[in-house]
Order: sequence, then C-alpha cells, then structure tokens
Amino acid sequence: MPILEVKNLYKSFGREEVLKGISFTLNKGDVLAVIGSSGSGKTTLLRCLNFLEKPDKGQIIVGGKTVFNADAQEELDEQALRKNRLHFGLVFQSFNLFPQYSVHKNITLAAELLEKEKYKGQKLTKQQKKEIQDRVSRNADELLEQIGLLDKKDAYPCELSGGQQQRVAIARALALSPDVLCFDEPTSALDPELTGEVLKVIRNLKSSDRTMIVVTHEMEFARNVADKIMFMSDGIIEAYGTAEDIFTNSTNEKLNAFLMKTSG
Amino acid sequence: MSFVDVTMQLLDGFKITLLIFVVTLVFSLPLGLIITFGSMSKFPPLRWLTRTFVWIIRGTPLMLQIIVVFYGPGLIFGASGFPRLTAVLVAFIVNYAAYFSEIYRGGIESIPQGQFEAGQVLGMTKFQIFFKVILFQVIKRITAPMGNEVITLVKDTSLARVVAVSELVKSAQDIVGLKAIIWPIFYIGAFYLLFSGLLTLLFGYLEKRMNYYRG
Ligand SMILES: Nc1ncnc2c1ncn2[C@@H]1O[C@H](COP(=O)(O)OP(=O)(O)O)[C@@H](O)[C@H]1O
Ligand SMILES: [Mg+2]
Repeated sequence: MPILEVKNLYKSFGREEVLKGISFTLNKGDVLAVIGSSGSGKTTLLRCLNFLEKPDKGQIIVGGKTVFNADAQEELDEQALRKNRLHFGLVFQSFNLFPQYSVHKNITLAAELLEKEKYKGQKLTKQQKKEIQDRVSRNADELLEQIGLLDKKDAYPCELSGGQQQRVAIARALALSPDVLCFDEPTSALDPELTGEVLKVIRNLKSSDRTMIVVTHEMEFARNVADKIMFMSDGIIEAYGTAEDIFTNSTNEKLNAFLMKTSG
Repeated sequence: MSFVDVTMQLLDGFKITLLIFVVTLVFSLPLGLIITFGSMSKFPPLRWLTRTFVWIIRGTPLMLQIIVVFYGPGLIFGASGFPRLTAVLVAFIVNYAAYFSEIYRGGIESIPQGQFEAGQVLGMTKFQIFFKVILFQVIKRITAPMGNEVITLVKDTSLARVVAVSELVKSAQDIVGLKAIIWPIFYIGAFYLLFSGLLTLLFGYLEKRMNYYRG
C-alpha cells in the first residue's frame, strides 16, 4: 500500500486556479523532488498537504486512511484536523523558528505538548511529567546530533547562520516523526555557500521508512537524491518520473524549456 | 503651613492618584486583550462593532468620558449612577483598555504569519500557538509603546478632578487656593517627575531583559 495518495487536488484563490487536478502516489521511503518555475503551484501543493490551505476538490490518503476529502459532508473540527495534519511535516523556505526559544526548546516545544496531550484527563504526577520531558529532551539531543548541531543546543536562532537555522527547523519537524516530510525550497533563502550543508542533511535523512517531498531549484540534488521527480507547470503535473525520465529522456517541450532555462 | 502638614494633606490625594493608576492598569490590561480579539475577529459584525467602539473611545476626550459615566446614568436613565470614584475608574479602565487593545493589535499583526503557521504545522492548538509562541514576541515588541501609555496614565489621573475626586493635583490646588502658597504645585510636579522617572527605568529594564534575542 502506498504511504501517500493524492487524488485530483484542485485549489483556487479567488478566480485564479492554482492547482488543477494534482494526482500522484508515493511509497514509503520515497523521496520526491518537485520542480517547476515560480508560480506553478508548488508551494500551494505543500500547503494543501499540511492543511494550511483547504483544497476545493480532491482527496489526500495517508497509509490507506483518508485524511482529507473535499466531498465529505461535514467539516473536520480543529481536533481532527490537528491529528490529520500530524501525518505531515513542513520545513519552510524562511525557517520560521521561534526566536524567543533556544534551539533545544524549539525542537521539544510541540513534541512535549503532544506527549502530554496523550494523557489528557489524567492528572500527571511530577514524576510522569519529568519522564515525558526527559524522553522528549533526549530525542531532541539525538536529532541535534544527527544534524551536527548538538553544541548549539542552548543558542538562540538569531545566533545561528541561515544554514544552521534551517537544519534546526528540519530537526524540529522530525521531532514529531511525520509520515511525510515536506520541504518548500529549503535552501532558497540561503547564501549559496550555505546550501550544501542543508542539502547534505536532507540527503542523509533518506531512509527506507522516511518519505519526503522536496520542492527545489537544485537540479543536481533532484537528480542525485530523488527517487521520483515531478515537474509542475501552471497547476498541473506536466511530467513525472525517475531522474533519467526527466533529465535525459524527456520529450516534453515545457519541461525541456524549463531545464534549458535553469541550466543557464 | 509647614512642609510636613502639606505633605500629610497631599498624601490623601496621592493615595487616590495611586489607586486610579493601579486599578486602571489591573483591569484595562486584560480587558484590552479581549477588545483586541473582538477587533481581530473573523466575524465581521463583531469586528466592526468593536472597532467603532474603539474609535469613539479614542476619538473623544477622556475628560468627556468621565463626565458621561458620572452624570450619564442619572440624567439619561434616572438611575442612581455611580459614586464619583467608581465613575472615574470605569471611564479610565474603558479608555485605557481601548488604547491598549490597539497596541496589542499592532503587536500581534506585526508577528510574521510564518510563526502562526509553524505552530499549526507542529500540531499546536490556536490557544497554544497564541500563549506559547506569539504572546511573548508581542510583549517584546509592544514594551516601548506600552511604556509611553503607562506614563501618560500617571499624568491623566489628574483628570479625575473634573468630577471632584480629590486626586493629587486637586489636593495641591486646594492648598494653594486656601493658604496662598505656590510651592505645593512644584512639589507635586516633582512628584510626577519622580513617578514617571521610575516607570521609565522599569520599562527600560524590561526592554533590556527581553533583548536576549533579536526578531
Ligand atoms: N494566499 C494566496 N492568495 C492568492 N493567491 C495566491 C496565494 N498563494 C498563492 N497564490 C498564487 O498562486 C500561484 C501559485 O503560487 P505558489 O504555489 O506559491 O507557486 P510556486 O511555489 O510554484 O512558486 C501564484 O500565482 C500565486 O500568486
Ligand atoms: Mg513557492
């Protein structure tokens, strides 16, 4: 069973139709790179998956469970919506770390709240609270180790470089173990010399049980890391396939024009 | 009249001034937040109603509002109305809540949308996002304008005398009128300077404390 099925997604802003029937499936462990010129709807797609926008039509199915269905009779309440969106994680182009919290706290904040919510209705003893905190904290340390920033755990985001901030943002998203982790141009806001460290972290995340969707302009990265590549143009999937299909064997005119433009 | 006599007599006025100052802050700070939520509501009628209310309160003199609260109930409804000091407190609380609400709103709207969205994507509730992520950032951003407003309040308390509440200025003026000495006026002037000076230091300290991060 695929981990993610997106069926016929439509989204308009006012009169402007931004997504015009997006359908694709991903298997567990797949890395999907999404490419396409600016304004083609890539960000909107990720925002729909993360419930930041509500699609007008279509379904989103995670591991066989329908988490969004535009035809459903009733609206999801906030509780159900929160639960469903946790299948996804999103790393923003502009990091959006919480500036008042240390690196470590940025990673533990939401995880701790969610852990405590599991015991809702019960009165937690001091001991239990401490255990939850320790568990979440250890997990954060492991993630920091993984992204190579354990020595910065007590620093504040403003004290880090852009590349380091984005790595922290990645760890923050990973702390909730989403089924599908989405990246919206994770290196676009960075100076060129800092993109490498972030792309390396993302590459190292690739594993058999981690599914990722990466919107990117880094064609080298798409070619070398992604299992599947999706080329979007004007709100539709113009081409979809392996790196070879897309970069070598494509006969799609729009895709070839786009590739020509990006290779400069 | 000796310095000590004057001081003792002014002390009563000072107590009233301090009372107006403290009670106004205690109630208008949270009330302002409620008004903010009204003026940022997604439900247009509530938003318009709240914004009209804020416009009226900010667009008319506080002195006028004190008079309306004190004389209004009796003259309009034939009701018995508020005691003088209560009327003053009600007018101050509502007036300052309206000003604070606009400062809060400016603060909240200045927080990048990405902060709310980051919280949402991490599965936080609206309540958690506001209180764990947004609020502190807002507080940091509004400390300076809030400081201004609070210092203005120190001086505005003197408006209470319009309905014959004996706050500090009225107490001093009574002495001046009765004893034909001018220096109590300078005495309380120095007092207001001291009061607002202390508040300036306090807000300066708070700003500094929150400067451990940028953004
Ligand atoms: N919140 C919004 N309101 C109105 N139009 C929007 C909004 N978000 C995106 N759009 C429009 O949708 C189109 C696709 O945007 P986007 O998904 O950001 O594309 P991409 O990420 O591929 O550059 C653009 O024309 C943009 O102007
Ligand atoms: Mg985009």
